[in-house]
Amino acid sequence: MTSAIRVRGLTKHYGDLAAVDGIDLDVEVGECVALLGPNGAGKTTTVEILEGYRQRDSGDVEVLGHDPHHRDRVWRARLGIVLQSASDLADVTVAEAVAHFAAYFPRPRDVGEVIEAVGLAEKRDTRGDKLSGGQRRRLDVALGIIGRPELLFLDEPTTGFDPEARRGFWELIRSLQDGGTTIVLTTHYLDEAEALADRVGVISRGRLLEIGPPETLGGRSELTAAVSWREDGEVRIEHTDHPTGLVRDLADRFGGEVPELSVTRPTLEEVYLSLVGEAALEADS
Amino acid sequence: MSAPAATADTRLPSALRLGISRIVVELKEFFRDRESAVFNFMLPMFLLVIFGSVFSGQELGPTGITFAQYFVAGMIASGILYTSFQNLAISIPLERENGSLKRLQGTPMPKMAYFVGKVGMVFTAYVAQVVILIAVGVAFYDIELPSTADRWFAFVWISVLGLFSCTLCGIAFSTVPKRAKGASALVTPIVLVLQFTSGVFFLFQDLPSWMQTFASLFPLKWLTQGMRYVFLPDSAQALEVAGAWELPRIALVLSLWVVLGLVLALVFFRWQRRGDG
Repeated sequence: MTSAIRVRGLTKHYGDLAAVDGIDLDVEVGECVALLGPNGAGKTTTVEILEGYRQRDSGDVEVLGHDPHHRDRVWRARLGIVLQSASDLADVTVAEAVAHFAAYFPRPRDVGEVIEAVGLAEKRDTRGDKLSGGQRRRLDVALGIIGRPELLFLDEPTTGFDPEARRGFWELIRSLQDGGTTIVLTTHYLDEAEALADRVGVISRGRLLEIGPPETLGGRSELTAAVSWREDGEVRIEHTDHPTGLVRDLADRFGGEVPELSVTRPTLEEVYLSLVGEAALEADS
Repeated sequence: MSAPAATADTRLPSALRLGISRIVVELKEFFRDRESAVFNFMLPMFLLVIFGSVFSGQELGPTGITFAQYFVAGMIASGILYTSFQNLAISIPLERENGSLKRLQGTPMPKMAYFVGKVGMVFTAYVAQVVILIAVGVAFYDIELPSTADRWFAFVWISVLGLFSCTLCGIAFSTVPKRAKGASALVTPIVLVLQFTSGVFFLFQDLPSWMQTFASLFPLKWLTQGMRYVFLPDSAQALEVAGAWELPRIALVLSLWVVLGLVLALVFFRWQRRGDG
């Protein structure tokens, strides 16, 4: 496999504050990586260095085989960027904006197709300032993918979406992944990271604490499972390393269906919070 | 969605084509934004109607020149300042704040296309403004148009030098306002002071000499004087402080401002807000 992104020892300081404090990261071509972390953890700084917006203090960075600091137009044309909240394009319509940005790229996608894909077909003649927050965000995404990017950066793309719009957005991102687009996503929503990402990285205080598939992050798959069921009118919970055996015993005991049976591993959210919490404790001590 | 290219086609759209594409978008934004359409585009027309009506029939001394004829020269010169300097010094800080510049920076748009778009928008808006201004003047205030080729030629070069210098200054000044919201509070007084001291609203020769000296440092005084050459008969030359139209000096001062504006724009223009990047 080839790397779309390769980062070694990346640092960036603002005054005394180490916003990025030695990050290593590899993203394979065609992969979707989600970066999670509290506000101010260094996610956006990291991503903006990869996008060529900010200069790093030290470290090696290669994005699509080039140093983003020496970005040129050909390199830029292979990238799609969806930044955090923007409120520009107030006076042009969705169709005008998408068609205009299509003109910047050598091989843009079809304008109508992209507007359709982000679910703005009915709003194509609506000006930017008349769109709702979620519709505006979808316009941002449309402008990010119009150039047929090999690598797409999404910085908190679904903030302000209702649950249905978020599902629709996930479908769109999955179809881009199916088409081979490499995606780097920052988000505050753990369900979003779990739904979309091949690997999840947790960033806290400028460091990448851990990165791995969402189902095994933080040793999640090996952690104790919780089995719960209802017995004698009350909910019983038992923590065990052998949930299968316990369920079999329960099935025997009840002679069939176990009332309200559930087996859960720690959620991604619990793993994430414990990772970030540990990092904060370490830093404070 | 269709698959991304395995190898990037390196044939990017030309900077010229994208510059033209930028001009179209810039013009849409310029005319569709109500504030911009009123304060940068319609204002000279409003002022001509107001001043033309208030001083209707008045003449400048014994010259036989109507006040409206004098005023239209000042309004065209002001129009240069409105469509270029005032327009850009207020709108670019907003573009920097609302993510517009950052978004453009993240595309393969050549930076030059952005500036071509600005210049094209300014020139187009100015031409439209002058056409309407002159039409209103001719229709309602008996404005007489220049009758010689010399004067039309001067009209063109004064406009071009004025638009370039004030566009560059507007681009440079756009980094001064800390917040986009405060930009107009910073820019409008500058424009007003220049107008009052440059002979737009009052006869320049009636102003105190220190005010005349102050105004001589900036382009608007020379633009207004040049437009008086274009729109007033040679008999009005006697009313000028120098007793002459001073076309070579006008060309020199405006050219210096083009150079100065270019230097300032190159030194001070920023794509990102201070503190970013």
